[in-house]
Amino acid sequence: MFSRSSQRGILPGFGLTLGVTLLYFVIIVALPLLAMLYKSINLGWADFWSIVSSERAVATYRITIGAAALATVLNAIFGVLLAWVLVRYDFPGRRLLDAAVDLPFALPTAVAGLALVTVFSSNGWFGQYLEPLGVKVAYTPLGIALAMTFTSIPFVIRTVQPVLEDVAADVEEAARSLGATNWQIFARIIWPAIFPAFIAGCSLSFARSLGEFGAIVFISGNLPFETEVMSLLVFIRLDEYDYPAAAALATVMLVTAFVMLFVTNSIQAWQLRYADRN
Amino acid sequence: MQTATSLVSPAAIGQPSRRHGIKPSRLSQCLLIASAVFLSILFIGVPMAVIFTYAFREGIAVYFTQILQPATLHAVWLTVLTAIVVVPINMIFGICVAWLVTRFRFPGRRLLITLIEIPFSVSPIVAGVTYLFLYGSQGLLGPLLESYDIKIMFTVPAIFLVSLFVTSPFVARELIPLMQAQGSEDEEAAITLGATGLQTFFYVTLPNIRWALLYGAVLCNARVMGEFGAVSVVSGAIRGQTNTLPLQIELLFNDYNVTGAFAASSTLALIAVVTLILKYLLERKQTS
Repeated sequence: MFSRSSQRGILPGFGLTLGVTLLYFVIIVALPLLAMLYKSINLGWADFWSIVSSERAVATYRITIGAAALATVLNAIFGVLLAWVLVRYDFPGRRLLDAAVDLPFALPTAVAGLALVTVFSSNGWFGQYLEPLGVKVAYTPLGIALAMTFTSIPFVIRTVQPVLEDVAADVEEAARSLGATNWQIFARIIWPAIFPAFIAGCSLSFARSLGEFGAIVFISGNLPFETEVMSLLVFIRLDEYDYPAAAALATVMLVTAFVMLFVTNSIQAWQLRYADRN
Repeated sequence: MQTATSLVSPAAIGQPSRRHGIKPSRLSQCLLIASAVFLSILFIGVPMAVIFTYAFREGIAVYFTQILQPATLHAVWLTVLTAIVVVPINMIFGICVAWLVTRFRFPGRRLLITLIEIPFSVSPIVAGVTYLFLYGSQGLLGPLLESYDIKIMFTVPAIFLVSLFVTSPFVARELIPLMQAQGSEDEEAAITLGATGLQTFFYVTLPNIRWALLYGAVLCNARVMGEFGAVSVVSGAIRGQTNTLPLQIELLFNDYNVTGAFAASSTLALIAVVTLILKYLLERKQTS
């Protein structure tokens, strides 16, 4: 598509844009990350390990991962349903719904958290009906999961939607003419086609939920061992001026984020190869 | 990078095609649509409705008294100021990155595209903490800066810096797929005909990418104005000094001023709605 010589040869600005990009990236992104890792390494392994394996820290991993997993499952179901409906059917308000799906990305997390805790509090719109049924959401792990669900709603929808649009109609029609039922067409043709995108969306959603903070502080109640997530424990350690603990725990979060980034990128590379093959 | 293209590439989300093998009965089709709409109202519509209902529940007069409180007004000003500083800088950065990776081939290009996206994967809290360990008195450069009497942590510049970090990939991820798809023939023609680099950029490239650039800026702006976690770590949340609007919301909520918190929230919710409208319009501009 591009020949090397014409690329480097004619257009100006290689040095300038490379310089600006690298300088900005180093100052704004790389240097702060390295400063934190440096702080963490300076702790020494024994101290680092005792902080990150403390009972309270381990409780936050359990709560965070559990809630993020539940949020991802909810978003997986909701995401496929919405992507399917938005791509396959036409109905009044479809375009509005399509636009509204992005709201959780546009709405500040603090605003989302405030709205959710109010809706689910014992006299809130949903809370007043749920609590008599014995379902407590505000200030429980379920509330954390729902806050995570809200902030990552668009991921699965927006990754599955374009792929679903590209599923070849002729293959489906061929299957239909050969006598396949709706379920067979979905299970054998559509699901395999959207699966890599679906998994990519789920992993993006899970990664986002692991690091979420703004929406959660409002609804979690922030009780150690019960409703305390990783990001909140980091924040509390900072508030207590316990900087080594904050550095160590934030490093755990950063490494987790990089692992998730690697996983997501691998899945997406797989998705791309998959798309090329078909 | 594939994240970027698959998530937000507006061109990818086109008109639904209607010729498919699956032809569910009218009833199951209606059930699917109804449950999608119902769940969307439950998950997305209700939280939005609750914000405006609670903001206005004590009447318009109280709403405006709450908004016009000096601390809230200052938070609004600081939030707007942060956006004014951060968005243009990240627009320039985004243009530079996009020009670099779409107009030239060089070793490490793919790695660079991945690195640029790192801030999207990092938790906002971690972003704030990294800045604390760079510029704070416990940090790498803190003692050096203190000896020159420069204080960055818990000041307004810290809010700018951490916002730059959090939103740095927004414009680039909009421009890269577009500029990749457009190719560089137009620019090469301009250069061959004797235009300077800047002329080429302003008369050839910019008109081609202006809607995507604006689109990226709108998304960047929404995130800057709404950022909570990262800013709450580095700002110190000093009332009337380093409190942005999202932090002010938390403060009002913790002070049991629920109406005040919702009044402040309603401004940000309004910005979110405007963002979505602009996004919708810009996507249409881009695809047409």
